[in-house]
Amino acid sequence: MPLLTAILLVVSVLISVGPVAAETVYVSNEQDNAVAVVDGASMSLSATIDVGRRPRGLALSIDKKTLFVAVGDDNRIDVVDLAKRRVVGQLPSGADPEFFVVHPDGKRLFVANENDNLVSVVEIASAKVIGNVDVGVEPEGMAVSADGRYVACTSETTSMLHLIDAGTLDLVDNLLVDTRPRAAAFSPDAKRLWVSSEIRGTVTVFDTLTRAETGKVQFEVPGIRREGVQAVGIEMSRDGGTAYVALGPANRIAEIDTATLAVRRLYLVGQRPWHVALADDQRRLFSANGNSGDISVIDLENEEVVKSLPVGRGPWGVVVGP
Amino acid sequence: MRLALAVLALLLFVAAPGLAEPQTVVIGYLGQSRKPPLQLGPLDQFATDDGLQGARLGIADDNTTGRFLGQHFRLEERVLKPAETASDAIGQFAGAGLAFVVADLDAVPLTQALAAPGAEKMLLFNSRATDDALRQQDCRKNLLHTIPSRAMLADGLAQYLVWKRWQRWFLLVGTHSADQAMAAAFRRAAQRFGAEITVDQPWTFRPANGRADTGHVTLQSEIPAATQVADYDVLVVADEADEFGAYLDDRTALPRPVAGTQGLVAAGWSAVTEEWGATQLQDRFRKQAGRWMTPSDYAAWLAVRSVGEAATRLRSVDPSAIAGYMRGDDFLLPGFKGQGLSFRPWDGQLRQPILIAGPRLLVSASPQPGFLHQRTPLDTLGIDLEESACRF
Repeated sequence: MPLLTAILLVVSVLISVGPVAAETVYVSNEQDNAVAVVDGASMSLSATIDVGRRPRGLALSIDKKTLFVAVGDDNRIDVVDLAKRRVVGQLPSGADPEFFVVHPDGKRLFVANENDNLVSVVEIASAKVIGNVDVGVEPEGMAVSADGRYVACTSETTSMLHLIDAGTLDLVDNLLVDTRPRAAAFSPDAKRLWVSSEIRGTVTVFDTLTRAETGKVQFEVPGIRREGVQAVGIEMSRDGGTAYVALGPANRIAEIDTATLAVRRLYLVGQRPWHVALADDQRRLFSANGNSGDISVIDLENEEVVKSLPVGRGPWGVVVGP
Repeated sequence: MRLALAVLALLLFVAAPGLAEPQTVVIGYLGQSRKPPLQLGPLDQFATDDGLQGARLGIADDNTTGRFLGQHFRLEERVLKPAETASDAIGQFAGAGLAFVVADLDAVPLTQALAAPGAEKMLLFNSRATDDALRQQDCRKNLLHTIPSRAMLADGLAQYLVWKRWQRWFLLVGTHSADQAMAAAFRRAAQRFGAEITVDQPWTFRPANGRADTGHVTLQSEIPAATQVADYDVLVVADEADEFGAYLDDRTALPRPVAGTQGLVAAGWSAVTEEWGATQLQDRFRKQAGRWMTPSDYAAWLAVRSVGEAATRLRSVDPSAIAGYMRGDDFLLPGFKGQGLSFRPWDGQLRQPILIAGPRLLVSASPQPGFLHQRTPLDTLGIDLEESACRF
């Protein structure tokens, strides 16, 4: 037992002080019909992968060997082999997929179809839509709890957060949220559900089980009117202690203490950040900035933006892989 | 199985008693039959239900949230025939207990509607008349405007032209009073934002029908003659009836762009916009109406959505609460133009970005970067608080 503890200690020290592990950042460029590949060590653009038209949502497979990319104008999901760095397959999705999640079972995607008020369930192996869930108008944000039990979906025009049982595909609940909800995110323990509102510029937190609202985050950005502060993408730290929220036209990323819901700080990034993603070691955060065509790299330990890297036109989604 | 269903139904009833008996909001729609405009080209769309379809879509959108909250929205439609008066129709709406009416009317019948007995207890939405007077000396406490005023449209266009440094304007004005009013708005905008009207001319030709066989031959000689003036950067045209403005582009004496009521246009809505999620609204509208969404459709949609959004946020269908909330600081309406929209407390006008639209694509949206304001950049468009002549 002491030996095991010692080994664990050594390993954890190695992890925390060791060099940055090989890491790749993938960014969907909405206006370029491409995914930019950024080498995480050198922070340079290493490749561009052509995909279908208007790529936005993207996610890694559970084994992290495949990247799924929602290409809205082609009404499908492109499947990218990350070793070959090219599209090797397509999945159906329903009309105008914008955002989707990979279920922890590794077998299914849950896709928000913005144009037909459905969440489609896609079986990856058979490349078939195996189920649909009726939700509100313009489904947009998607989240899945780490235990795989729940999928959450926001509907922009209906201003609702829909909680779906991932097994039965029943709607568990529909919660009224602030105007034009965008992203949803579960806390790592699945006890809390976060949802951002673009028009209100707020983030509301719910208790997943009781569906009671447990708090609301407002953002004050000096010099920017409330209409200019719009909450979009949410990224949760692995320990659940911190959440990062992209504030769109306010050109800021907010860092939030999830226990107190206090905004710890705002990072000034490129123009109109849509989504954010954490590095595997949780020390860096990347934001995809739609209007300035770059990603911002935030050093979270030193609390500063350390780099802007041009990646193409209309960066929207961002994920970090090996 | 039947028992299970019964139990489920009972559970639903207990869990959400409000859903069993939805609270209903009836919104009136009052339109007028209009003379069809002269069709200038084969691609022109002519709609007989312009405005009405927007209100219908607003109801459908309101009900998507309403069905989860136990609120139901219904449209009571009325389109005035030539012999009917707006005041009678408002009287009937008032008799039926309606609290909200989308008044898709020109300024004169709108003023009659506002003077009708019972109108004082209602809230009317102006979704059609761009007249600035309705926001100024003729403003009313029970009137909100979801269609932008001429001053807002002119300011939106002027900001873009000045941003482009196209600052010397040739203003060409039609013969109707509406054209004169639009020209006045352009002159005001030029002065506000630093443009110079170097030539200011009326259009004196009779409205022609360019669709005659070889009609282009006449226009090819007529338009250069009518536009032979000293040099300028952009021709700004005020022709609301669409009688001659469309013939200007590519025919002017000097090779200069055309903007205003034709060419590069300023509008509250346009078929070409698909940004800020507008694709979904446009698709829903086309599926329902079978045609493009017009600025009046959009303004009627905004009116109905305003009532719905207020009812959603209040979780109440109480008319006075809804009317109060809509005018308050907390109200923000999503309008697919990139930011929340709200009503100006001093004249009831809905603040909104103005689209700058080309014939096929969106060119820009105003306010333009660099035009600053102490409250919100949206208040750089139209009549501001400090200059408002409106006294409720």
